Amino acid sequence: MENLEKILSEHPFFRDLDEDSLNLIVGCASNVRFEKDDMIIREGDKADKFYIIREGSVALEIQGPGKGKITIDTLSDGEILGWSWLFPPYHWRFDGHAQDRVRAIGLDGKCLREKCEENHDLGYELLKRFSQIIDQRLQATRLQLLDIYGIPS
Amino acid sequence: MKGSMQPRRFRIDKVYWETDDTFTHELIPIDEGRFFNFHPGQFNMIYIFGVGEIPISICGDPDINTRLYHTTRVVGDVTKRKQHLKVGDLLGIRGPFGNGWPVEKAKGRDVVVIAGGIGLAPLRPIIYHFLNHRDDYESITLIYGTRSPDKILYRKELEEWSSRLDMDVSVTVDAAGRTWKGPVGVVTKLIPRIISNPDNSTAFVCGPEIMMRFTAVELLKRNFAEQNIFLSMERNHKCGIGFCGHCQLGSYFLCKDGPVFSYDKLKSYLSLKEV
Repeated sequence: MENLEKILSEHPFFRDLDEDSLNLIVGCASNVRFEKDDMIIREGDKADKFYIIREGSVALEIQGPGKGKITIDTLSDGEILGWSWLFPPYHWRFDGHAQDRVRAIGLDGKCLREKCEENHDLGYELLKRFSQIIDQRLQATRLQLLDIYGIPS
Repeated sequence: MKGSMQPRRFRIDKVYWETDDTFTHELIPIDEGRFFNFHPGQFNMIYIFGVGEIPISICGDPDINTRLYHTTRVVGDVTKRKQHLKVGDLLGIRGPFGNGWPVEKAKGRDVVVIAGGIGLAPLRPIIYHFLNHRDDYESITLIYGTRSPDKILYRKELEEWSSRLDMDVSVTVDAAGRTWKGPVGVVTKLIPRIISNPDNSTAFVCGPEIMMRFTAVELLKRNFAEQNIFLSMERNHKCGIGFCGHCQLGSYFLCKDGPVFSYDKLKSYLSLKEV
């Protein structure tokens, strides 16, 4: 547990979080490992966790009609996988597939949601931090949508 | 003046199809001697006889002056005709034009090369240059983003560079199927993962203007100095020598004063609809 506390406190996502909040989060955390090709999250399944990837890469995929699995993003060392646990109806919107062996810290989203309801300071801190990630991914998605490498019309 | 305006004839010696819509011509000079010297980042005006003239960056090794390489994407009338030229056909070439990449300014520093799509072509000579003069530079990083795995240019070189121990190469695509094992996402996403020493780094960026804008923003966020970010701007080059004004951007003639500029000189123009 001490080790998890150190890892989480040094991670940019949790940097400068007060000790009490960090302790609450550590209480919802565990080390997890996935083998290559494991499905870490599956579209439609209950979203009750999120992951901090320590090593390896995860492909976010969606099934396209007649196109098979399309990878729309990849996440790797240091990145956060999953925010659907924060928003009703708490279901994954994409598949998350391990491209190689993945070591991560899994955080129990359901447990954290309850703690955030009880402790709004913690809830606000977490939402601020997740908002930054959501903003970055939104900007990246907008660039993808522009299809900047396509042939200009 | 005459030398700048009169094309030299070159013969197509080889044609390489890089992707379904992009090809490279390997050319041999046949007029006025057998040599063609250029600086990384310069471009030529290429004349398809009886069709028209287009600006294309030089994409070969600057230390090889007996052959000239141009990678072309089929997008307009001239390039559509250019794609049908065969080995042995002749082209007219004026150039080299433009200032090129400031390789001297990057000596003794980490160099970060960021390419988007066909923007890898104008950057390939600078990568050759860094590798030919490896001791003059600290770390070399190449970040390349393109639309999909089948649009990746220069696969052979990318594989070769990736296998080197003294260079980091990352390739990302905007979307891919399961057979692609590399990163997926926009090129700017790779920057935070890779940049570690912004105070002693120089970035060379080429790609669609929107990509360059967002890349510069990401580099600035990582504490790069504006004057250490260089972008290559290619817009409507026509005469190549700053006379006709087609490529004028504010106070600059892109063909003569550029195409390479540091970000501090260009930033006010990058988000303008029109100048």
